[in-house]
Amino acid sequence: MLLRAAMLCVGASLVSGCAMGPAREDPFEPVNRVSYKVHQAVDGTIIKPIAQAYADYTPQPVRLAVRNFFGNIDDMFSVVNDLLQGKGDKAGNDLGRVITNTGFGVLGLIDIAGSAGIPKGNEDFGQTFGFWGIPQGPYLFIPVLGPTTVRDGSGTVIRAYASPVNLIDDIATRAALWSLNFVDLRASALQAENLLNQAALDPYTFIRRSYLQRREYLVYDGKPPPPKEDEE
Amino acid sequence: MTMPRCLRMGAALRRLGVVLLVLVAVPAFAQEAPDALVKRVAQEALSIIKTDPKVQAGDQTHIGDLIEAKIAPHFDMDRMTALAAGRAYRQATPEQKKRLADEFKSLLIRTYSNALNQYRDQTLQYEPLRADPNATEVTVRTQVMRPGQTPVSIDYNMEKTPSGWKAYDVIVAGVSLVTNYRDEFTQQVREGGIDGLIKALAAKNAGTAAVK
Repeated sequence: MLLRAAMLCVGASLVSGCAMGPAREDPFEPVNRVSYKVHQAVDGTIIKPIAQAYADYTPQPVRLAVRNFFGNIDDMFSVVNDLLQGKGDKAGNDLGRVITNTGFGVLGLIDIAGSAGIPKGNEDFGQTFGFWGIPQGPYLFIPVLGPTTVRDGSGTVIRAYASPVNLIDDIATRAALWSLNFVDLRASALQAENLLNQAALDPYTFIRRSYLQRREYLVYDGKPPPPKEDEE
Repeated sequence: MTMPRCLRMGAALRRLGVVLLVLVAVPAFAQEAPDALVKRVAQEALSIIKTDPKVQAGDQTHIGDLIEAKIAPHFDMDRMTALAAGRAYRQATPEQKKRLADEFKSLLIRTYSNALNQYRDQTLQYEPLRADPNATEVTVRTQVMRPGQTPVSIDYNMEKTPSGWKAYDVIVAGVSLVTNYRDEFTQQVREGGIDGLIKALAAKNAGTAAVK
């Protein structure tokens, strides 16, 4: 029964080219929706209040320094991924940012390079895999961590293992930094979340489409192939 | 027999006057370029945000009214609705089409007024338009600059209409609003038909109105 449904789907997509239908992108939708519900519960009771308190009670310059510090680590990974994609100019820019900000910006706390107008690259392993032509694979919603795909999630795991934060010996410091990184990320999504709740009929669907569009856009460096005008 | 000199002068002046009037009026009727239009409307909106006390107090109703008057006319709501609802739209009755477009419009206005209110301190940058002067479809690109962070791109897909250029999609950081809503609309239509979709939008609009 299931097999027949699967064959039907493959057949239909061969005929109509409807490769982008939600069913194809999100084959685990029932499981993902449960994950989403779990996420909502955990996030609403624990994570969001912490992030909100962080946003409300931490002075703006401190939050900016925290953002810059982790942004500097992002830049290091951008350099690696620029190189993996053979983007020499971007690698130069991002390496310049890392050297400037680590050296003169107190370990990245101050974004001196940004003030000097060196644009911030934004490359990660998921984008590199996409650039290499690896398909995104099924969409996943992971409680606490949020939306991802098999491809992008693999990139995130590699990144977490390779992070310079892991070089710190003291486990308490390391845990504190990871937590701060996480809270900072969550706090930065508070405004977008407000908008999402206002705009979406079904937040699950809205998040999925936003995430997949955004990733496609990043893989193609802001110039994704035009979507098919009008539908099947 | 011959006209008095002063009268002939008068006629000539009148003719000159007509010519002058035409010269002045024609550029005003010519269409404003799409990038100039986006810039003008955005600047106007930003200056209102920065000076209007009611907007600064976060009066969502007032902000909504302003958007309805200043910004909404520059969007082609029918085309946006048609793109988002796809096949269901083509099969809908004119009355359903109208109700759908109306509900969609008020949802977008609410969302947009919320967004404007949140991002009021950001500055906008406009990229020069690179398009064929005869093009009837263009993408106008803008960027929201944020201190210490990568800029957020906001692109407008626009079309030429007899009443000026109009936007039919907004793409924020690579996320197209129309594409997002297409998924949502498809899902609602599958569950409850086009009337179900209209009802869901109306409920959403009423709900957010009640919360505010």
